[in-house]
This record gives sequence, C-alpha cells and structure tokens, in this order.
Amino acid sequence: MDTASEAAPATATEPLSAVGRHQTTAFFLMIGLLAMAPFFIYPLFLMKALCFALFACAFNLLIGYVGLLSFGHAAFLGSAGYTSAYAAKAWGWPPELAILAGTAIAAALGLAIGALAIRSKGIYFANITLALAQMVYFFCVQAKFTGGEDGIQSVPRGVFLGLFDLRNIMTMYFVVLAIFIAGFLLLYRTIHSPFGQVLKAIREHEPRAVSLGYSAERYKLVAFVLSATLSGLAGGTKAIVFQLASLTDVHWTMSGEVVLMTLLGGLGTVFGPVVGAFIVISLENYLAQLGAWVTVVQGIIFIICVLTFRRGVVGEIARLIRKPL
Amino acid sequence: MSTIFGIPTQALFGQLLIGLINGSFYAMLSLGLSVIFGLLNIINFAHGAQYMMGAFAAYFLLQWAGLGYWWALLVAPLAVGVIGVVLERTMLKRLYALDHLYGLLLTFGLALVIQGLFRNQFGSSGLPYQIPSGLTGGRNLGFMVLPNYRAWVVIFSLATCLITWYVIERTKLGAYLRAATENPGLVQAFGVNVPRMITLTYGFGVALAALAGVLAAPIYQVNPLMGADLIIVVFAVVVIGGMGSILGSIVTGFTLGIVEGLTKVFYPEASNTVIFVIMALVLLVRPAGLFGREK
Repeated sequence: MDTASEAAPATATEPLSAVGRHQTTAFFLMIGLLAMAPFFIYPLFLMKALCFALFACAFNLLIGYVGLLSFGHAAFLGSAGYTSAYAAKAWGWPPELAILAGTAIAAALGLAIGALAIRSKGIYFANITLALAQMVYFFCVQAKFTGGEDGIQSVPRGVFLGLFDLRNIMTMYFVVLAIFIAGFLLLYRTIHSPFGQVLKAIREHEPRAVSLGYSAERYKLVAFVLSATLSGLAGGTKAIVFQLASLTDVHWTMSGEVVLMTLLGGLGTVFGPVVGAFIVISLENYLAQLGAWVTVVQGIIFIICVLTFRRGVVGEIARLIRKPL
Repeated sequence: MSTIFGIPTQALFGQLLIGLINGSFYAMLSLGLSVIFGLLNIINFAHGAQYMMGAFAAYFLLQWAGLGYWWALLVAPLAVGVIGVVLERTMLKRLYALDHLYGLLLTFGLALVIQGLFRNQFGSSGLPYQIPSGLTGGRNLGFMVLPNYRAWVVIFSLATCLITWYVIERTKLGAYLRAATENPGLVQAFGVNVPRMITLTYGFGVALAALAGVLAAPIYQVNPLMGADLIIVVFAVVVIGGMGSILGSIVTGFTLGIVEGLTKVFYPEASNTVIFVIMALVLLVRPAGLFGREK
C-alpha cells in the first residue's frame, strides 16, 4: 500500500488527526460501558450482542466504505461457526485454535465468493452474493459433519490460550470483549489507513480512482476478504460462546439481519453497526415470546429506516454534533 | 421395466415433469422480476411474498366468497396487483432518486412484514387447495401417467410467458416500455406518462407473481413461507438469464427447472445446489448473464 499513501486522502474532508479525537473519546466510552455492563446485564446476552456487533462492523466495511451491499454474509458467519464448533468438538482443539480455524475458512470462502462477485456492482453484486451464499447454505444442509437440522451441539468451551477457563462466564465475557475490540480496532485502522482512503475514493468515483492508477478490483477484493474474515471471527466466537453451530447462521435471513443492524445503526459510521447490533439483539430478546412478530417488527424497522431514517441512529447523532462518528 | 442410462424411464420422466413444473414457476417469477427490474431498476425482494399472497388470495376467495379456481385465476392477480400498485405509489416511488439498493432493502422489509403477518395468522403448516374438478385425473401416455393439472400448469405458464414476451417485444405499448427502460426522460418528453407506466409495470410484475401463486396452490399447499426460499433460486435464475432480459428469463427458467429435475435423477445430492453452481460458472464466462447486455 506504499504507493497509495501520497495521493490517497483525496476524498477526506478533514485532516485525519481532527477526525480521530472525538472518535477516540467515543471509543473509550464504548469500552468503559462494555467493561462495566456484565455486572448489571446478563453476560450471555451481551456476548451475543458483541458477536453480532463485530459481524455488523465487518459487514459495514463493505457497504459503508466500498459501497458494496453483500447479501450473503451469513455464509461467512455460518461456515466459520461450523468449522470452529467441529474443530473444538470432534478434534478437541483449544478454543483459540478452533476460532482461528473458523476464521481461516471464512477468509478462504470470502476469497472464492469475492473473486466471483467483485466484478459486478450494485444490485447485481447483492444478487450474486445472495445466491452464492445460498449455495453454501445448501451445502451445510447436506454435508454430514454439520449435523443437518440438529447442528453441532454441546461444543466444549475449553481453556483459552491455556490460561482462561471459559467455563467461567465472566472470563468468557472478557475474552469475547477482547476479541471484539481486536476486530473493531483492525477495522478502525483499516478505514483510516491510506488503503481505506482508496476504498472511499473507489466508492465515490470508481472510474476516477482507476484513472489515478488504483486497481479498483484488487482493492475491493481485499476489502471483501477482510470483511469475510472478520465475519468469520465473529461466527467462530459465537459458536464457542453458545456451544452451538446451526443452520440459522448460514440462512439468508441472517444476511438480512446484519443489513438491518448496520442500516439502523448508521451505514458508513464507525460505531453505528455496534449500536445497531445491540438494538436489534435487544429487540429480538424482548420479542422472542411473540414468535413471527419478530420478523414483522424487523420488516417495519427496515421500511422506516429506508424511507425516512437513512442515516441511522449514529448517523443522526453525528449530524447533530456535526462530527463523523 | 425399461431403463435409460440405467435409470427406470418412469423415474426419469417423472423427474422431468417435476422439473418442467418447477421451471414453469421459475420462468413466470423471473419474468415478473425482469419486467420490474427493466423499468424500475430494483430487485423486487417481495416477489416471493407476493407469489404467496396470490395463493392465499385463491384460498380466501374459495373460503369466503365461494369463488373457485377459475375465478381465482382472474381475481387473485388483479387484487394482489392492486396492492402492488399501492405499495409503489406510497413507498417505492420515494426511492427512485436514491441508490437502487434502497429499493432492494425496502422490498426486503416488505417481504418480512408480509410473511410474518401471514405466519402469525396461519402458522407454518400448509392449507390444502383442491385441484379444480375439470382438471383432476390424468392420462396415460404409454411411458408415464401425466396428471392433467400439471400439464395445464406447464401449458398455461408457457402461454403467459409468450404473451408477455409478445406484448413487450412486438406491440406499441411494449415499444414505449422498452424506450422508457432505455431513456425515461426522453420518453416523458414525448408526452408519455412515465410515472404511471412505472406504477402499472410494477403492478403487472406483482400480478404475474400472484398468478404463479394461484397456479401453485393446488400443487404445493398454500403456505406462508412457500415463496421465501423459492425466490432466492429465482434470483439465481435471473442472474443466469441476464437481469432485465425478458426472453432470457423465460428460456433459463424452463431450462433450469428441467436441469434441476435431471440432476435429481442422476446425482440427487446436488439437486439443491445445481442452479447456483451453474450461476457461478455463467458468471465466470459471461458476467452479464446468458442473454444480458453489459450496462
């Protein structure tokens, strides 16, 4: 990325240092809240929200900063979940290796799907990722090792890095929080790096970025693989936390759910996907007894967001304080 | 018992027929999607839900109004089409100035709401719908028994597709439509009411989905989720045929149905994925689809 560093910040409206300050404040506020939260709120719920927050952040890298709507991200979340669960249960791998294995599979899958889809744009891209992810879904339905409708159940949590016993729920929570922060910081760094500036340039005006000598397809593919990898990290962690990998995580409705989280929180904002994930997971938690009403409520939120609330929660806050978040 | 390639002929023709039936639905649904996509530039994610609404409309007409299958074939598409027109006027219309992806997201939300509401009311199990009395039974073709209703579905959907193709490609109305697809501003300048045309086109595409739903009601049961997974396959069919291509969606719809049926005979494990594999291969060779043009 050395060649990118000189010309890249063409689309940045403010110097990077000024963008950074209040985002740093917001970041530490978020970490503080998340560190205190398990003493007040049920940790398992928080861990679920954190996994989805990481998933949504990874997804947001594509839609928010490259302008590509992937409708197939469930494939990465789900396949990583299956891989991690299988590695931990059948092979007895420790959790950190199991999660890494899942992440690696998601990365490989991201490379394959990305290479096929990246040549198309807009609706075509959404449609193609959706169909390819559905292929992964049917593979998971039929493959022996996924356990079909039952999924892979009672996955052992084990001891993380040989130090942290994950059977203690508080230990588990802080390990998940650490994984989330690592993923979040990696994405944050990517967005604000020269590489991220080129991505934004491609989003704003692809032919111009190409005419400046950037290979748009290669940049988009790298972003796609990175997004898939971190979705895999979220999926692998989720499988260890819930000791379960199931078809729900590969189904296309999950791809829709991550779109909803990101849209509600704010497309192309750094913190939006986290906020969106927490709102959507809380809603699902409270509405769980109501059965299919969950889908109705999700659909209504979708419609409202698209028609009148396109900036999302964090996007609106950022507009009020006139600073990007 | 006679065999072809080691497969009993009865099984082979049976799967071919199932493939042809599925192909009829793929063709009708992808045709509707293509018509909508051509003019509105959105992928109508609610298409599966609207197909389901067509089947339910047939069911309601029978239960509440005592109107049978033949009336349903006429009334259900009209009713669901009107709902489509209302959706376009009240919601979709506001999004045309924005990125087309918002249209996809809006129709996705609509699909969730519609399917959720029906599932609350009717559960996930199917409701039975009788084959109309004139089309029960079957005829023996010598090598297999052909159920009359299934033959009717194939012929009717083929006819619907061909009529739609003729109207769009060969009539004056179709010429306006194609012109508006190319350059709506210019067509508007010639005095054609393009916004109304867009509304009616969306209504027509939705009506096609509902018509397919009525046809499907006696074969598959009437079920709130009958269109949910089907529509993803149809999306793949549309990508293979080339998005927005009328002829492409008809030809690939029927062909892929048959290919899927044959896969069930020769390699059943792949029957669910074969269409997606074909899509991946087509994308490698022709990114715009078999009948599509690069935009």
